[in-house]
Amino acid sequence: MSIEIRNIKKEFGNFTALDNVNLDVPNGELVALLGPSGCGKTTLLRIIAGLESPDHGSIHFHGEEATDRDVRERQVGFVFQHYALFRHMTVFENVAFGLRVRPKKTRPTEAEIHRRVHQLLELVQLDWLADRYPPQLSGGQRQRIALARALAVEPKVLLLDEPFGALDAKVRKDLRRWLRRLHDELHITSVFVTHDQEEALEVADRIVVMNHGRIEQIGSPQEVYDNPASPFVYKFLGNVNQFNSRVNEGQAHIGDISLSLNQHHSIQNSNALAYVRPHDIEVFTEPNGEQTLQAIVSYIHAAGPSVRLELQPVNESDTIEAEISRERFRELALNQGAHVYLKPRRVQVFLETGTTTPS
Amino acid sequence: MAKHKQKNVLPGFNLSLGYTLLYLSLIVLIPLSAAFFKTTELTFAEFWHTVTTPRVVASYKLTFGASLFAAIINAIFGLLTAWVLTRYTFPGKKLVDALVDLPFALPTAVAGIALTAVYATNGWLGSILEPHGIKVAFTPLGVVVALTFIGLPFVVRTVQPVLEDLEAETEEAAASLGANRWQTFRRVILPALWPALLTGFALAFARAVGEYGSVIFIAGNMPMVSEITPLIIITKLEQYDYTGATAVAVVMLVISFLLLFAINGLQWWSSRRNSASR
Amino acid sequence: MSTTVSQLAHYNAKVARSRATSEPAWVRWSLIIIALLFLSLFLFIPLAAVFTEALRKGFETYIAALVEPDALSAIKLTLIAAAISLPLNLVFGVAAAWAIAKFEFKGKSILITLIDLPFAVSPVIAGLIYVLIFGLQGWFGEWLIDHDLKVIFAIPGIVLATIFVTFPFIARELIPLMQAQGKEEEEAGLVLGASGWQILWHITLPNIKWGLLYGVILTNARAMGEFGAVSVVSGHIRGMTNTMPLHVEILYNEYNYAAAFAVASLLAFLALVTLALKSYIEWQSAHSVIAAKPVDE
Repeated sequence: MSIEIRNIKKEFGNFTALDNVNLDVPNGELVALLGPSGCGKTTLLRIIAGLESPDHGSIHFHGEEATDRDVRERQVGFVFQHYALFRHMTVFENVAFGLRVRPKKTRPTEAEIHRRVHQLLELVQLDWLADRYPPQLSGGQRQRIALARALAVEPKVLLLDEPFGALDAKVRKDLRRWLRRLHDELHITSVFVTHDQEEALEVADRIVVMNHGRIEQIGSPQEVYDNPASPFVYKFLGNVNQFNSRVNEGQAHIGDISLSLNQHHSIQNSNALAYVRPHDIEVFTEPNGEQTLQAIVSYIHAAGPSVRLELQPVNESDTIEAEISRERFRELALNQGAHVYLKPRRVQVFLETGTTTPS
Repeated sequence: MAKHKQKNVLPGFNLSLGYTLLYLSLIVLIPLSAAFFKTTELTFAEFWHTVTTPRVVASYKLTFGASLFAAIINAIFGLLTAWVLTRYTFPGKKLVDALVDLPFALPTAVAGIALTAVYATNGWLGSILEPHGIKVAFTPLGVVVALTFIGLPFVVRTVQPVLEDLEAETEEAAASLGANRWQTFRRVILPALWPALLTGFALAFARAVGEYGSVIFIAGNMPMVSEITPLIIITKLEQYDYTGATAVAVVMLVISFLLLFAINGLQWWSSRRNSASR
Repeated sequence: MSTTVSQLAHYNAKVARSRATSEPAWVRWSLIIIALLFLSLFLFIPLAAVFTEALRKGFETYIAALVEPDALSAIKLTLIAAAISLPLNLVFGVAAAWAIAKFEFKGKSILITLIDLPFAVSPVIAGLIYVLIFGLQGWFGEWLIDHDLKVIFAIPGIVLATIFVTFPFIARELIPLMQAQGKEEEEAGLVLGASGWQILWHITLPNIKWGLLYGVILTNARAMGEFGAVSVVSGHIRGMTNTMPLHVEILYNEYNYAAAFAVASLLAFLALVTLALKSYIEWQSAHSVIAAKPVDE
């Protein structure tokens, strides 16, 4: 089932949680709502579920207006951040709950409930825990039981609020991949909320980046990582170096470097910010004849798959971070205090107005 | 659009709040307002005269004086008891801990006759005190004893959880900075306990002011000497002086309400202090 | 497992304090002795006195005082008053806690204060206000006489006074408990299609059962032991409107001490049972709280 969100607004007192949000979630996709805490992502998820109602705007499920539809009739599965497992019920009873509370007419028989619950517990690979109580489970197990419980009512949409937030790093990674595989198996339209960019990039088909109650960008993981639509998205997804820059008649100036842009030919002497990812900075020990920035190596982090350099530019105050391969590092034979020349490979420039300008 | 304003999807708000307000009004608010309506039968001068006759004023002095005295005793020894129960181990500690709540569970009349039996001149403790010229039963001192009994659990039970939650680290920090035990207690522990201690004190005081059952047996109930205000109300009622009884009751009610608000304020303060220090 | 061990370590750290944060043995023991002395003077000795006085004239007098018809009818009336006020305050407590803990609305803190009111009101005044309403000269006095109904100096008055003095206990117990539990589990039930009553019955009530029981026990103890409020509305009619505490008073005022303490010992025994149950519930709920702490891998 597809979800269409139109002009949603939500305020809590003076705080605007959602400001005119529009979003389409196509049938069968796994979408991540990504943003810092307080950006409105959880509120949006709860509005989709019907646990919260918007002040303005509408929600459509599969083209049908569902804004005023009761939670119980929305056919959504919701996995709560802290799982909200019923602590006095066994795992089995937790998963069976949604089936047992149905009106007599539509309630499956006891045998059918047994069959379905065990099927789901097998799906989440926890059939052996059926008689345990939630407090006896580990965090990762609770998470999967919460998912099985949500799936038991055969929802048309699956909503997950920070599904991996309360887990430690190792479990989180395993569960992420597991959720991705599960989604590929079930193909149920799913939306999950996260503040962890790595999680969103790894799991989602599409990422919705949110900030201050607004959507900053919607796109595939590659799109949002490679072509961020705003400085916020740039900073939120991965590391980035920020340079003060000036744009004049289609040329961007960063220190001694000038770059020609495809746009802004009519812009006169305007302030702008330029962004370069650490791995998009080339490092040389000689000026090389090209336009480069001069810097001094202030610290070398050599542990890890690549080498990270902290660089102090000669004419600027802000430290720059560059990431180079171990081979390149050996080739350059750098030491702390070495003088180097930097060349940005991919730069994106944002004017004060916020329009993007790839070089 | 009105529908969009609902903030919470859980059902039963109107039903539960409606029932709460109805029941609260029928059992508590309307009956209490009857007391205030009844006093309007009196002019202010008559009201003032009724509530300031020497016998009534003497009863205020006894009630509030003895309550204050009892609450102070409870603050000091309640703090000590809470300290001993949280910090130290000794045989029978669990039993002692459970028995601290006895005044909550024991009917006041039973407490009254038991205290009287113990503190009367021929009682276990009364017979020890009498040769020293200390008479407890049938004197204002007896009132203090009964009110101390009644308020005993309050300070212990408000201070105990705060004491339990106190981080050992802050005390270790104080010790590492060179403070001795007494300095640590004075400057680190006691300030943290203050709100809870004050709340417990206020609760014990408020409870003591209204107490009737445990006091009347041990007090002797001599007018002007050992007669508490609640007993004045009963005496007036038995003489069918309903307006007079109500007038005195209204004075007590107003004081009780003020105490209640003070306690709520204290609890708010102490919960804020506790959460802010986390 | 690791959390259990660290919890244990934490617990040990609390009990076995280092020398820097503990007192010398002589201070420790003097404080313990002072505290126990204080508790003995005000608690233990009076409690022991109840049972000693009750048995002073021998076991047969003791039993005789309890099976005497007036005593039996007092016991019966006490049980009736508790049996009526308990369920009423129970329903109220759950309703009030549901509204206050699960919803946001204006005037909530005022409502909580109002629920606390009966704690602050002297029991004598609690009795008085019902006399003002249902008594002979009260608001409904004449109407009641016309319809041959009796509230004051009769059982309904005793029940009303009992309800008033035990009014806040259960609500006070449940409100903080349900606020702490939040509403995620109820929302989960809702998303899974449960109706309001199903949520209450299958999710909320099982979660608050210990708190509920705790409140019920406190309510029961107070209901059976209430003296001041009941004393005002009862009229002290022997064998008719006497509850156990009032019966104790009458016997005591007649200098029939052995009998008075015999009935009192029954109430004291009830208080001890209450405390035992209370400790058990505290242990149970603390136990379930520790078990419910998340155990991450």
